[in-house]
Amino acid sequence: MSRSRVKNVDFEDDDYYDDDGYESADPEEQEHLQRCTNEVLSQLRTGQPSLTVSKEEVQEALWHYYNDVEKSVNYLRGSHTLVGRKKKKFKNNRLRSKVCSAIINIPRCVGRFSLAGLENAIALERLLALDVIMALNSNLGFIKGVCLGVWENVLTGFLVPVYPVPLSPPSAHFSAADFFRDSPWLNVPSHRKADILVEPLYPRLGLLGGAPEASGKMSKLAALAAARKQKESGQATSNTPPASTSESQQPEKAKISLKDRLAASSKAAKPSEGLAGLQSIRRSAKPSPPAQKPSSPEPTKVVPTPAPVPKDQPEELVDDKEEPQQQIPEIRAQPSMFASAIIGSQTGPKMAEPSRLHSNHVDLLQIYGVDHAEPFDFSEPSPDDVVLKAQSTAKGFKSKTPASKAGGDKKGQAGLAGDMNNLSVEEKVTVKSKNLDVLAEYNKSKRKRSANFVVIGHVDAGKSTLMGRLLADQGAIDQRTLDKYRKEAEKIGKGSFALAWVLDQGSEERARGVTIDIATNKFETENTAFTIVDAPGHRDFVPNMIAGASQADFAVLVIDSSVGKFESGLKGQTKEHALLVRSMGVQKIVVAVNKMDTVQWDKGRFDEIEQQISSFLTTAGFQGKYISFVPCSGVLGDNISRRSEDSNASWYTGRTLIEELETSEPYTHALEKPLRMTIGDVFRGGVQNPISISGRLDSGSLQVGDQILTMPSGEKAVIRSVEVDDDSSDWAVAGQNVVLNLANIDPIHLRSGDVVCRSSSPIPTITTFTAKVLAFEHLMPMLVDIHRGRLHVPGRISKLVASLDKGSGAPIKKRPKIVAPGTVARVVIEMDTAVPLEAPTRIVLRTGGSTVAAGLLE
Amino acid sequence: MRLIKNKIEHNGSGAVTLFPEEPEDMWHAYNLIRPADLLRASAIRRVTTVQDTGSTTSTRVHLNLEIRVKNLDFDPQSSALHVSGQIINETPHTKIGQFHTLDLELNRNFTLEKEVGANGEGVGWDSIAVEMLKDAVDEGGKRRAEAVAVVMQEGLAHICFIGQFQTILKQKVEMSVPRKRQGGGDHDKGMGKFFRVTLETLLRQMEFNTSITSSSNNESVRPVLLASPGFVASGFHKYIQSEASTTTPGLKRLLPSMVVIHSASGYMNSLSEVLQSPAVKTLLADTKYARETRLMDDFLDQLRKETNKATYGPREVESAVDQGAVGRGGGVLIMSNRLFRSQDIAERKRWVTLVDRVRDVEGGEVRILSSDHESGKRLEGLGGIAALLTFPIIEEDLDSEEES
Repeated sequence: MSRSRVKNVDFEDDDYYDDDGYESADPEEQEHLQRCTNEVLSQLRTGQPSLTVSKEEVQEALWHYYNDVEKSVNYLRGSHTLVGRKKKKFKNNRLRSKVCSAIINIPRCVGRFSLAGLENAIALERLLALDVIMALNSNLGFIKGVCLGVWENVLTGFLVPVYPVPLSPPSAHFSAADFFRDSPWLNVPSHRKADILVEPLYPRLGLLGGAPEASGKMSKLAALAAARKQKESGQATSNTPPASTSESQQPEKAKISLKDRLAASSKAAKPSEGLAGLQSIRRSAKPSPPAQKPSSPEPTKVVPTPAPVPKDQPEELVDDKEEPQQQIPEIRAQPSMFASAIIGSQTGPKMAEPSRLHSNHVDLLQIYGVDHAEPFDFSEPSPDDVVLKAQSTAKGFKSKTPASKAGGDKKGQAGLAGDMNNLSVEEKVTVKSKNLDVLAEYNKSKRKRSANFVVIGHVDAGKSTLMGRLLADQGAIDQRTLDKYRKEAEKIGKGSFALAWVLDQGSEERARGVTIDIATNKFETENTAFTIVDAPGHRDFVPNMIAGASQADFAVLVIDSSVGKFESGLKGQTKEHALLVRSMGVQKIVVAVNKMDTVQWDKGRFDEIEQQISSFLTTAGFQGKYISFVPCSGVLGDNISRRSEDSNASWYTGRTLIEELETSEPYTHALEKPLRMTIGDVFRGGVQNPISISGRLDSGSLQVGDQILTMPSGEKAVIRSVEVDDDSSDWAVAGQNVVLNLANIDPIHLRSGDVVCRSSSPIPTITTFTAKVLAFEHLMPMLVDIHRGRLHVPGRISKLVASLDKGSGAPIKKRPKIVAPGTVARVVIEMDTAVPLEAPTRIVLRTGGSTVAAGLLE
Repeated sequence: MRLIKNKIEHNGSGAVTLFPEEPEDMWHAYNLIRPADLLRASAIRRVTTVQDTGSTTSTRVHLNLEIRVKNLDFDPQSSALHVSGQIINETPHTKIGQFHTLDLELNRNFTLEKEVGANGEGVGWDSIAVEMLKDAVDEGGKRRAEAVAVVMQEGLAHICFIGQFQTILKQKVEMSVPRKRQGGGDHDKGMGKFFRVTLETLLRQMEFNTSITSSSNNESVRPVLLASPGFVASGFHKYIQSEASTTTPGLKRLLPSMVVIHSASGYMNSLSEVLQSPAVKTLLADTKYARETRLMDDFLDQLRKETNKATYGPREVESAVDQGAVGRGGGVLIMSNRLFRSQDIAERKRWVTLVDRVRDVEGGEVRILSSDHESGKRLEGLGGIAALLTFPIIEEDLDSEEES
C-alpha cells in the first residue's frame, strides 16, 4: 500500500467525520452540556488562580473537548492565563466550510504528529487551495512554534492551544529569510508572483516518490497569490499581527530547517521513508502562505506535536505521564517508519502500513482524541476513523442516549472495545444519526392535515376508475399520462379502464382489468393531503384489501348502482369489505354510489341503495353520523370534484365526493408508543438503495440513522434514509406512509408482514394467542388464515373458550361446540410459526376464501 | 406392501412378514408397529472386537436382528422409518439386551410379531391393526397414482404429494416478490423468478426428466394440480407452457396432466378446497382421501346447522356412543389414526374398544382418517375424534378438561 493511498483514506474519513451531527441540538445533549458547563465554571472558580469565564466560552471549550470537563478547565485556564487570546476565533472556525473544517480536523486527529497532518492537508490541496492554505498556515505556524521551542505552552498546560500561532515575535533567533535565502522563487517581486511561474531550482523531490501531487495542481505561485488575496480580505477579522512578505517566508524557512533536521535525524530510516518526509515538507512549502489567517485551525484540537527535534522528546514523555487520562501508557503502538523517520525515534522503522484491522488495539482513551501527547504512528486508524466506527456500531445505543457520545469514555469502555473487535472485517455502512427529537420536529413542522383512506367495494364497482378520476381532477396526474393510458387501453379494447390504469400499474392488472394489489397514491386539496389506498375488490384479493384497510383512517365504499350489479355486490364483497374495515377500526365511511349515469341519475335508485346500505352499515357497527352518501359517476367525473351538469342529477344538492372527504377529522396516532411498522413491501429502491421497505408506521417514530429490529427474523438494520410520501425526510412518525431505505441487512430477513421495531422494545413473537372475535360465520376448532395488515399466516382455532355477551363481554357459555355467526367469542388460536403480534391488535380470520371472524388480540 | 407370510392366531397373537414396495408402505409400517412388538429385519451393525493384545477392530456386519420395539421415528418427507429397541435374539456379534435401531428399507422383508400378554403387556392384532394391515397390503397393485399439488400465492408455493394415505409437504418455496409500485417493473420480474424457482423445485421433487429423449416412459406422469387464489396458478401454467415451447420441450409431456384450480390461499389450509374442486374430483375419482374429505365436510355441515346431530371431542363422542346415537342408520364414528398411534397401551385399548363397540355392537360405521391428510388435520383440530349421530342429543355441559 502506498503512502499516498493511505493518505487519501484518511482524508475521506476526516471529511466524513466532520459532517457528523455534532451540532445537533438534542435536548439530552444540551442538558449534558449544561451540566458540564456548570462543572467547568465551578472548577475554574475554585481553582488556584480563580477565573471567571463566560458560559459561551466554556461551552465552546466543552464542545471542542467532547464535553470533557477536565480538559476544558485546563484549556480555559491555559488560554486565559498564558495566551489570553480571544475566543471569537472559534466561531469563525465553526463557520468554515466543510472542506476547510475537514482540513482543520486533520491537525486534530493526527495532531500528535503535525507533519503527518501536513501531509494530509496537502492531499486536500487539490480540493480547495484557499482552505488548504489556511490550514497549512496553522500547521506551519504550528511546527514553527514547536521548533522555536515555545515549550512553555506545552509544559504548563499540555493541551493549551498553540493559538493562532504567535509567529513573529519569537523569530528572533530563527529567521525565515535565512532559511529561504537560496530559494530564487521567493525573490520575485510580490506583485508579479501570481503571474510568473518559476521552476524551483532545487531537485524535484517529487520524482523520488511524489507521484500523486503531479496531477493538475495549482502552481505554487498561483496558490501564493490566492493566499495573499485571501489574507487581505480576511485581514479585517484577523487580530494577529499583520503579515508581511518576509513573514510569509518564515514558515518556509522553518520547513527547510526541518528538512535539514530530518535529514540529520532520519539516517536510520530507509531512503524512501526519508524522502516521503521530505516530500511532505516540500509540498507544504509550496503555497508559502502568509503566516496568519483569520481561519487558523481550531487551536484546541491542534495539540502540540512531539518535537521533531530529538532532544525535546523526554519533555514530551514527561508530559505524557502528567496527562491524567493517560491510564494505560503501554498501549502506544510502535511508530511507523515515517513517524520514526521524522521523530528520529529510537524505535526505528517497524511497520509502515496503517491498517484498519488494527482498530482493536486502539484504546478508548485515544478514540476521543484525548491523549494527543503520543506520537501518532500510522499503524492505527486515525482517531476519527475510530470514532466513526464506534459511532456506527453503537448507533442503536447512541440514538437513544445521545449524550453518551460525550460520556462514552467513562461508561462502557469494555463494550465499545468489544464492538470494535467485531467491526474490523465486515464493511458496514455507517449512517449518521442527526439525533433529532422527532416528536419535537413533528410538532414544529407545519404540514397540512393528512388523511389516509381506503377505497373498498365489490369487484368492478369502479373503485380504481373513481380514484383515477379523483386524481386526474385534482391534478395529481397530468393530462398527458392520462391520454397515454387512454390510448393504450383502447388499443387492447378496454377504453373505459383508462382512468383505472392510473392506479392499476401492474401488467396483469391491466391485461385483466382487475385490481390485484393495493395501490397508494396521493393528492392534496387546499387544506388536506390525502393518501388514497385503492384496494382490490375481487374476493381472491381480500388479503390485499386487508393490508390496504390497515393503513386507512377512513373508508370510501364504492357501490355500483347499475341494475343487478348493486344486488350482486351486496352479496359479494360490498358487505365483507364494509365489515372488514369496521372490524379494523375504521369509523367513518363515505359511500360513493357510482355509475349513476347508467341509471339516468334515478333518485329512486339512489334512495333505495342508501336505505339498504345504511341499514346494513348500522348493523355492522358504523354510527349514523359517520355514514354519508354521494351519488356520482367515476367515468364522467360527476359529483366527484365538480357538480354534475346532468339535468337529471339536479336533485342532489349535497356535498361532492371531494367535499365529503374533506370533512374528515384529523386522526391521532400513537406517537409516543414504541416503534411498530408492518412491512408492506420489500423491494429494490434503486442503485442507491438496494434494500427498501415500505409501510405505514403504526406507532412511534423513527429517523435516519436509527437502528431497527425486524421481527420475527430478529435481524438488525440501519435506516439509511427515509421517504415520507415520496419526499425524503429525516424522520417519520406514526400514521405516515414511509419508505425506509435500509443498510446492513440481507433482504432474506425481510418479508412483507414482518414488523419493524426497536431492539429496546421489541415486539414479541408468539405462536398462540387468545382473541376476542366477532364471528361472521360458524366458528369451531378449525384451520384459519390469520391476517393482520400484510401479515398473513396459517393457523388454527384450537379452542373455543367461551361465547360472550356482545354488550357486556361477560361469558354466556363456556366451551361452546360451535360459535354461531354474529356472536362474540373468545378463542385460542395457534400458529405453526412464531409471528410478531402483540395486544392490542386487530386481526382477521379467514378460511376458504371468506372472512369468518375479526377481532382483537388479548 | 405385499404380505409374504401371515401367521395371526385366533387370540390375536402372531406374526406377519411384509415386503414394503413403495415409500407410503413405510407410513403403514409406522402405523402397524407399536412399542413392545417384536420386529425382525435385516440390519447392518458395526461390531467392535477387542483382541487379547488390546487392539480393536471394527467391522460392519450384516445381521438379522429381532428387537423388542421401544421407539419409532418416522420422517414423512423421506418416508424413512427408524425403529429402535432391544435385541432379543442372540447372534455371534450381538448380545441380548443390546440396543439397536432398525432402519426399515424398501424391498426388504421384515417380520412383525405382536404378542398378547397376560396383563396388558401387548394387545396383539386387534381389529384396528388388522384393518390397517388390510389397508397396507395392496391387493393386486390397483393403487391409484398419487397426485402432485402445488398450492401457491404470490411469492409462496407449497409442493405436496397427495398419496392414498398421506399428504406430504415436499417443499415450500418462499420468495419475496416486490409489490406493484408506481412505474416499477419489479413485480413482473419477481414473479418470473418465483415461477422459475417453483418449476425447478417441482421438477426436482417429481424427479421429472425434462430431456426429450426420456419420453418413452411418459405413462408415469402424475396429475399436477396447480392451485392459487387469483391468477398466480394460471400465470404459472402459462409460464410452464412458454417454457415447454421454448427452452425445455420435455415439459410438454407434463402439460396434459396439469390442472389449474382455484384455492383461497397459498397455504396448506386450502388444500381441502383443492381436493373438492370438480376438476380434481374427475381426475382422482373415488380415492380414499376424496371420501375422507367429503365425510369431514358432511360432518362440519351438520355441526354448522346446529342440528345437534354431530359432536366432537373424546368425552362427547364417548357419551354419544353410550347413548346409542352412533348406531345403525347413519351413525358414523370418525377417528384420526393418530389416536391409535398412542404410546400408551391403555389409551389405544380405549379407542379400539370404542371402535369395536360402534362397529360390532351398535352397527355404526367407523372411518379412520389418516392424520397425514388434509381431512385428518381438520379432524385433529376437533380432538381427533368426531361422530355423526343418528338422532340429536342435547349435551350437558362438560366442564372437565378436554383431552388434547
